[in-house]
Amino acid sequence: MQFGIFTVGDVTPDPTTGRTPTEAERIKGMIAIALKAEEVGLDVFAQGQHHNPPFVVSSPTTTLGYIAAKTDKLILSTSTTLITTTDPVKIAEDFATLQHVADGRVDLMMGRGNTGPVYPWFGKDIRDGIPLAVENYQLLRRLWREDVVDWEGKFRTPLQGFTSTPRPLDGVPPFVWHGSIRSPQIAEQAAYYGDGFFHNHIFWPAEHTERMVEFYRRRYEHYGHGTADQAIVGLGGQVFMRKNSQDAVNEFRPYFDSAPVYGGGPSLEEFTSQTPLTVGSPQQVIEATLGFRDYVGDYQRQLFLMDHAGLPLKTVLEQLDILGEEVVPVLRREFAALKPAHVPEAPTHASLVAAAGGSKDATVYAPADDVTGSTAEGVQA
Amino acid sequence: MTTRTLAVVSAGLSNPSSTRLLADRLTAATVAALRARGDDTTVEVVELREHARDLADDLTSGFANRELQAAIDTVVGADAVIAVTPVFSASYSGLFKTFFDVLDSDALVGKPVLLAATAGTARHSLAIEFAMRPLFAYLRALPVATGVFAASEDWAGGGDTALAGRVDRAGGELADVVSGRPAATRPVDPFADPETSFEQLLNGN
Repeated sequence: MQFGIFTVGDVTPDPTTGRTPTEAERIKGMIAIALKAEEVGLDVFAQGQHHNPPFVVSSPTTTLGYIAAKTDKLILSTSTTLITTTDPVKIAEDFATLQHVADGRVDLMMGRGNTGPVYPWFGKDIRDGIPLAVENYQLLRRLWREDVVDWEGKFRTPLQGFTSTPRPLDGVPPFVWHGSIRSPQIAEQAAYYGDGFFHNHIFWPAEHTERMVEFYRRRYEHYGHGTADQAIVGLGGQVFMRKNSQDAVNEFRPYFDSAPVYGGGPSLEEFTSQTPLTVGSPQQVIEATLGFRDYVGDYQRQLFLMDHAGLPLKTVLEQLDILGEEVVPVLRREFAALKPAHVPEAPTHASLVAAAGGSKDATVYAPADDVTGSTAEGVQA
Repeated sequence: MTTRTLAVVSAGLSNPSSTRLLADRLTAATVAALRARGDDTTVEVVELREHARDLADDLTSGFANRELQAAIDTVVGADAVIAVTPVFSASYSGLFKTFFDVLDSDALVGKPVLLAATAGTARHSLAIEFAMRPLFAYLRALPVATGVFAASEDWAGGGDTALAGRVDRAGGELADVVSGRPAATRPVDPFADPETSFEQLLNGN
């Protein structure tokens, strides 16, 4: 099982000091958080994509590429990549490039995005969210799997004789997860392709997660990719920990009370009882997280939201120390002991290469280069 | 004999509440009219005051807690709805509107509804027509023709245009709509196996 963290990349004032980090501080802070994740033994770092303040994550592969260079084992992912408003050609190019840069330590999570104005800013209509996700993702798959693509759809200018470069590393596209809180069509999409399904599993009661995952598993089996319990499931979660649980509650409360998604509504106590949010001791986080399995079954990836609501970098790094030292080792052991042998691990680049029968260079050489006059045969010779 | 479910949404705030009193009168009239047409009725009352905080929480958190979800399920799953609000500042109360705001936009499509309102003065008597009807038109519900408005003085009135007559007429209209229909079915389960195949979605159908 993979454990990691995901960030939405928000620039939020620290309510206890009133100070707001600069964009530069936040971007460097996110990188420090990612490097810390590898240092404390986590497997995955995922970042969101937004195109408006207060976020600094409009260009995910720039940050992920830098992190790739500074890490050895960490899998770089997204949470989410906006499949609705981002050109699928650009996604294909950016993430195939990142695969080469990161030696394959890359996967992606597709999401639609729920910021209304982003759609018109990018020439789209939010009411087309599902059709955009369906059409764009189908094109993205073809761009990674077919060297030359002829394509025509409803939302993007047609492509004739188009080759997306670079080709995927070893001829194997990155693994893809699809994230959705409550749209069964997206779980259906994940099931249809045999891709992973991720539920963000924060802010809302676990019943929503349970129903979406159950549906995805049932449809995964329907489409013949394996049994329902072999489907590839990822969950989010949000935690804040201190040795004594009351210290955790006291320290986290001002951040909770002024967080844009939490403040002004149900209390911290109500939220922790009604949603998967856990604020308490490391042992409480372990117990709560093991409990997720009771309603989604054996699953492959657990990501935690740790740097939310203006928590200072120093605190986030402390949280990652606790997560890596006290929580994740126990979770790894316990989840592994519970998982039946026929339930797979999350696909990685190595496992996908093996499943494809080994690596192969997928380079597509131009028939003749206009500038140098060299040909594919000449280059290969 | 069919058993019908009647959900009564009352947005009164005081206790005793004239809004609830009117809701109860309308309920009794509707139950009697349905019985005359051969249907039994199960009545379920949703007092919105009990969900005032739940509704505010739903606005900020984006989800209904268990108690509010049970109330929503009651209304959405009923054969018919009686919706009664006090008139505040020339319209339905904010509490009343919030309940209908947090429903899915298609939750009440085709639902027979009886609209009613209370106020301290008869000068608010058109609030049902200019405020409530457009709301339920937007929700594509089926409000019956008679909306029942009760001002303070109506509780003492008499004669054939009096409150009792309007209550009976409205209850009869609601029963007429309900009794000819098949029993309400639960809303379509979004997690049932889809009727549209993914290939059809891919082809833009």
